[in-house]
Amino acid sequence: MSATDSSPVVMAFESVSFGFGEGPLLQDISFELRRGETLVIQGAAASGKTLLLKLSLGLLRPTGGRIRLFGREVQELDERDWYDVRSRIGVLFQEGGLFDSLTIEENVAYPLLNQRLLRVPLEQVRDRVERSLDFVELGHTLARFPSELSGGMRRRVGIARAIVTQPELMIYDSPTAGLDPITANTIMALIAKGRDVRGATTVMVTHRHQDGDILDRYRFDAASGRLAPAARESTRTRYLVLQEGRIAFLGSPDEFDNCPDAYVAKFASR
Amino acid sequence: MLDLLKSPVQTFQEFTRLAGLAVRGIARKPYYWDDIFIQMDLIGIGSLPVVILTGFFSGAVMALQMSRALQTYGATSQVGKIVAITLVREMGPVLTALMVAGRNASGMASELGSMKVTEQIDAMRALGTDPVLKLVKPRLIATAFVLPLLTILADFLGLVGGYIVACQMLHLTQGPQYWESAWRAIEYNDIAQGLLKPFCFAIVLSLVGCYYGMQTTGGTQGVGRSTTQAVVVASVWVVVLTFIIGRIFTSM
Repeated sequence: MSATDSSPVVMAFESVSFGFGEGPLLQDISFELRRGETLVIQGAAASGKTLLLKLSLGLLRPTGGRIRLFGREVQELDERDWYDVRSRIGVLFQEGGLFDSLTIEENVAYPLLNQRLLRVPLEQVRDRVERSLDFVELGHTLARFPSELSGGMRRRVGIARAIVTQPELMIYDSPTAGLDPITANTIMALIAKGRDVRGATTVMVTHRHQDGDILDRYRFDAASGRLAPAARESTRTRYLVLQEGRIAFLGSPDEFDNCPDAYVAKFASR
Repeated sequence: MLDLLKSPVQTFQEFTRLAGLAVRGIARKPYYWDDIFIQMDLIGIGSLPVVILTGFFSGAVMALQMSRALQTYGATSQVGKIVAITLVREMGPVLTALMVAGRNASGMASELGSMKVTEQIDAMRALGTDPVLKLVKPRLIATAFVLPLLTILADFLGLVGGYIVACQMLHLTQGPQYWESAWRAIEYNDIAQGLLKPFCFAIVLSLVGCYYGMQTTGGTQGVGRSTTQAVVVASVWVVVLTFIIGRIFTSM
C-alpha cells in the first residue's frame, strides 16, 4: 500500500494480459497486494473484473505477463500444483457456487475434506463446519439443501465455505449482486468481520460503491460485535477500476474519491 | 475457409484433450466409488425399461419383416439365425447405444452444463477437486461397464421377441429349431464384435455428454443447446463407429 509497508506480498500481477486476436480481454494489468490489505475492484460490465479473479485462482491461464501468489510464480503451474496454492485461498463466487446435490453441512465441509494439503481429521470437520456456519449466523441450516435457502442465505453459506479453511487470501466475486440493500449490508458486514477478525487479505469485485465504502470506512469491533467507523488508512483498502480490460485507476480511497477521470468518478461515492 | 474450420478443429482438440485427461485419470487416485455406483444405477437400472422394450421389439419386428422373404425361399427355419446375427452384430449394440445416448448423454450434458453455468465446476476446482476425476471419470467408468451388459440384455430380449413372433404368432418354425439355429449362427467373432461395439460406444457417449456439459456457456439456454448437441453428436458417432468397427471385423 504505502512505500514503507513491509508486509509480504500476497498477490502480484505483472503486465498480465488475457485473450487473443481482436481486442484482448485484459491487458497490461499490474498491481501488488500485501498481507492484510483490501483491494476493491470496480468497473463496468464486461470490463474484465471476474476474469481477473479467475486468473488469480488459476481457473484461466494468462496469455501474457506474470502472476505471483504467496511469493510463488503461478502462471505456468499445472493443475495439481494449483490445488496446493488454492488451498490458501477462500473464494465466494458470484452465484455462490454451492453444490446443489449436497447439504449445507456437506458444502461447507467440502474444502476440509478435499483440499489435499489440509487433511483435516474427520472428527474435527463437524466442529469446524458448525463454527463457520455460526460465524455467518446460519448454524441451524446444516441438514438443508441450497435450494431451500434464500439468495442472501446461500451467499452467507458461500462465505462460511470460503472461510472454513481459514485461508490467508479471500476473494469475493460480486458478493452483493442481486440482493436487496439490507441483505447486501449484512453480507458486507460479514466480509468486513472476516477480514478484521482474522486479518485476511481481501480482494472483492463489486458493482456497488457502498460495498467499497463499508470496507474502507469501517472495521469490525470485536467488543461490541458490530462494525464501527474507522480511519480510512487503518483499513488498508485500495481501489482498482477496470475499463475495457485495462486499469483505469489504482489508488487509495481518497485518491479514488477525488479522481477527475469521468469514468472512474462513476464508481466513486460522491 | 480457414475460419470455417477453426471451430470444428478447436472442438476436436478440446474433446481430445478431455478424453486424454479422463482416460489418464482412470489410473489416478482418487476414485469416487459412490459416484461410480450412482452413475451405474442411473445408466444401468434407469435405462432398463427402455432397453427391454427396444430390444424386445427390434427382434420381434425383424422376425416379422423377414417372414415374407424367408417364406418365398422356403427358408423359414433360418429365422432364428437371421435375428441372432443381426441383433448381436448390429441392432443390439446400436439401438441400445442410441437409447442410452438419448437418455444419459443428454443427462450428463444437462447436469454438468447446469453445474458449469452456476459456477459449481469452478467452485470444485477452487476447493481442491479435479472435475475430470470427480465428474467425468465416474461417468466414463460406469457407462463402459454398464452399456455392454445392457446390450447383452437387449440382444437376448430381441431373440425372445423374434421367437414369439416367429414361433407363436406366425408359426414359421418350431421353438427348438429357432433357438438351435440362433445358437449355431453366432460365432466368437460376432460376440467379440457385439461386445467391443458397446464398449467403444460407451466411451464416446459418456465423453461427448461430459464434454458438451463442461463447455456450456450462456445460462439456461446454453444448457439446452449443450444437451441437444450432445445427443446429436453422440448418436452420429455411434452410427459412424459401428460402420468402422464392422468394417474392421469383416476384413479380418
